[in-house]
Amino acid sequence: MKVMRAGDAALLADTGDLETAHRLDTAIRAAALPGVVDVVPGERTVLVVTDPARCDLGRLAARLPELPLTAAEATAAPPVEIPVVYDGEDVAEVAGLTGLSRDEVVERHAAATYTVAYLGFSPGFGYLTGLDPVLHVPRRESPRTSVPAGSVAIAGPYAAVYPSASPGGWRLLGRSPLTLWDVTRDPPSLLRPGGRVRFVREER
Amino acid sequence: MIEVVRPGPLATVQDLGRPGHAHLGVPRSGAADERSFRLANRLLGNADDAAAVELTLGGAAFRFDRAAWIAVTGAPAPLTIGGRAYGANAPCPVPAGGLVELGLPSGGLRTYLAVRGGLDIEPVLGSRSTDLLSGLGPGPLAAGDRLPVGRSRGDITVDVAPVGPLPAEPVLRILPGPRDDWFTPDVIAVLCAQPYEVTADSNRVGVRLDGAKLLRTREGELGSEGMVTGALQVPPSGLPIIFLADHPTTGGYPVVAVLAASDVPLAAQLRPGGRVRFRPAG
Repeated sequence: MKVMRAGDAALLADTGDLETAHRLDTAIRAAALPGVVDVVPGERTVLVVTDPARCDLGRLAARLPELPLTAAEATAAPPVEIPVVYDGEDVAEVAGLTGLSRDEVVERHAAATYTVAYLGFSPGFGYLTGLDPVLHVPRRESPRTSVPAGSVAIAGPYAAVYPSASPGGWRLLGRSPLTLWDVTRDPPSLLRPGGRVRFVREER
Repeated sequence: MIEVVRPGPLATVQDLGRPGHAHLGVPRSGAADERSFRLANRLLGNADDAAAVELTLGGAAFRFDRAAWIAVTGAPAPLTIGGRAYGANAPCPVPAGGLVELGLPSGGLRTYLAVRGGLDIEPVLGSRSTDLLSGLGPGPLAAGDRLPVGRSRGDITVDVAPVGPLPAEPVLRILPGPRDDWFTPDVIAVLCAQPYEVTADSNRVGVRLDGAKLLRTREGELGSEGMVTGALQVPPSGLPIIFLADHPTTGGYPVVAVLAASDVPLAAQLRPGGRVRFRPAG
């Protein structure tokens, strides 16, 4: 593990891979280190943001590689099941790009178990890994100005569900009635880094 | 209640933001110039996190239906209360029915208008801040909006706070990394060699700069990673963006350097068309 400074109030730990990033995230949270304000996993990193008045960054940098890594807490939890009606605008296009039938696109998308790699882009937007490699298709050339909340989509190696309406360039496979993001709920997001996700096919 | 008569180019409600939710994709948000924001609250005996108005290029007016105390900090915008001029960085009394007007600041960008007791708006995820990236919190203020004022607790004990003028061409201190090794070995020297110009598409998400391009030596994609306020992120154009309060929580472009935390307030006062320089910290 390589621990780098991200300014004078944060550290970036490069863990080399996603699974270790999730385990380090769990370990940092479990250690309840004083002065740690935010812990943000990425694809192969964990960013630790501190309140410099309450945290010695040098000591924290020495401490991180020593934390015992156990299984990531979110990974041990049962998968979040997301019901999907697969009537998305881009199913036919994805079928064309992959050489699969429309049904095969849906089957392959619904067959996998996904891991929430990290969140970003908008609150509650999880980048899900585990997408069937045959379904790795590029983003649309021109993004849509508005993608409805609940849209189930893929782009590159990732799957996602849009938690709120926003512009977006991902390919839309379907829609889910599930509310992924609700500020009145605690936690507000159904998805968290390291968590598992399954898509459950529903008829329209 | 305070009625927004004119919000100016952009006025938002801000406090200290939403730390602790970044792993869920929630930007920290909060006052862009936290130092000026905290000073305004301190002058009024408010809690540090009492909500206030953040003005962009002044030009705003507010009608107070009850008598109140206010303080104006940050970019020095001429202040009048009922047509009479008052100084910045000091508690000022507003009579019932009084009109508070702020003009165009002589320098800087963001002016804070705090009221004793704070703005009593419903919080979202523990904060009353307007987040312009994610849309959390109240929307930008519009003429006719009415802002409730909270109950005051602390006492006003300071007459005026000494605050130096904002530098015309600030020199911001940077700490290299975490991804400076994605660039040419002289990248920090290039960044610090000459001033950058602040472009018009700057906002609370980031200050966009024009000047010497920073050249990458490593190709391919950096895996998305967590981003901090004050990060100098370098998109494929080679022109750095300084991340401010509403920056995205993760990003895929390398961060060449990060501002010293105590210089972020100066970055938040950079005005489009103005210039800024960088130098290594320490």
